[in-house]
Amino acid sequence: MSGKPRLHYFNGRGRMEPIRWLLAAAGVEFEESYLEKKEDLTKLQKVPMVEIDGMKLVQTRAIANYIATKYNLYGKDMKERALIDMYVEGLFDLNELLMKYGYLPADKKEEHFANMMDKAENRYFPVFEKVLKDHGKDFLVGNQLSRADVQLLEIILMAEECKPDTLAKFPLLQSFKARISNIPPIKKFLQPGSQRKPLIREEEVPKVIKIFY
Amino acid sequence: MSTKPKLYYFDGRGKMESIRWLLAAAGVEFEEEFLETRDQYEKLLQGGSLLFQQVPMVEIDGMKMVQTRAILSYIAAKYNLYGKDLKERALIDMYVGGTDDLMGFILMFPFLSAEDKEKQRALIIQKATSRYFPVYEQVLKDHGQDFLVGNNFSWADVHLLEAILMVEEKKSDVLSGFPQLQAFKARISSIPAIKKFLEPGSQRKPVPDDKYVETVRRVLCMYYDVKAN
Repeated sequence: MSGKPRLHYFNGRGRMEPIRWLLAAAGVEFEESYLEKKEDLTKLQKVPMVEIDGMKLVQTRAIANYIATKYNLYGKDMKERALIDMYVEGLFDLNELLMKYGYLPADKKEEHFANMMDKAENRYFPVFEKVLKDHGKDFLVGNQLSRADVQLLEIILMAEECKPDTLAKFPLLQSFKARISNIPPIKKFLQPGSQRKPLIREEEVPKVIKIFY
Repeated sequence: MSTKPKLYYFDGRGKMESIRWLLAAAGVEFEEEFLETRDQYEKLLQGGSLLFQQVPMVEIDGMKMVQTRAILSYIAAKYNLYGKDLKERALIDMYVGGTDDLMGFILMFPFLSAEDKEKQRALIIQKATSRYFPVYEQVLKDHGQDFLVGNNFSWADVHLLEAILMVEEKKSDVLSGFPQLQAFKARISSIPAIKKFLEPGSQRKPVPDDKYVETVRRVLCMYYDVKAN
């Protein structure tokens, strides 16, 4: 029996991708079972689901909180945790916007794109640029790698897929991106052949919608 | 100088209500500043108090915390309502995630058109009785204990009670198929701090009305049509 966590989701990013990033950043090997059809979903009741340490965890946040705590990516005390939670929750909101884009019909895409990039560049990125500027350290919280850094990198890369020059006005985020990408387990995750999932392709969208709706 | 937490939000439930419940359950007194005008909101924004330009915001322990989930987690941990170890914490997170999803269907209810309200009411009841309540009913049945996790009062219990009462406001007999939840509701409601919060004159907010909707729209300049999820 494998002691590795096993992820249950469809073979794509969706809500499971932040979990994959977190496990990868922690250097934890994991296995995956992919949903192919609606019947797989109803059997499981709810996804994302992760089998880990004898539990079947659901609820993205519950899973991420558990992994982050277990692998020391959640700060050293309550106040650091509070900061990390604030940053992560903000990034979660932005992630929802970015994630939705791929699934919208063509006539809704343009307006959504404008809104999500506006939020990214005027609401979220300025906050993190300022955090880095104010303390001048390498990591967002407590001068050590945490889930906030991992999540921010993930979001930056997703935003760049939509708009390659999105970080043009954010020099500190640019160096942050380079720095965090170079951390060995993250660098490995960014290479081809890792379990990182690609952006959903337009032709796959109907299949995914069928599984979930 | 007061060291009580201070809540910044509208004079109504919205996303702040779960925070009010948790502070009350922890027996923590708190102050509130209600947003009535756009000016107040802009002042908060310009003062840099709202990290992502949003409320809820809670001043607590020298921090200006935003993001409902972050605030709730902090309060739960501080006041020992978050389980005794990592595994209990995971269970609490899972259960709270579920009740959060359920209350999410109710959150935008006041903003919907009359027609959409009817549909949404039916959806709320359907989700509550077929997806969410059965899970908590089973949890209580399986371990036979008074509280959801670790035989100890936790955030999960407070959140579930809040969710039950909110759904009952949409259909008063919604717990009729759930004997464990009925007993749970009675039990948790009679915990002194909670009982006090349920009495008139507490800081618990009433069912949102048109005045609340108007205030939110005015303060946030949120004049678009809200659609059900």
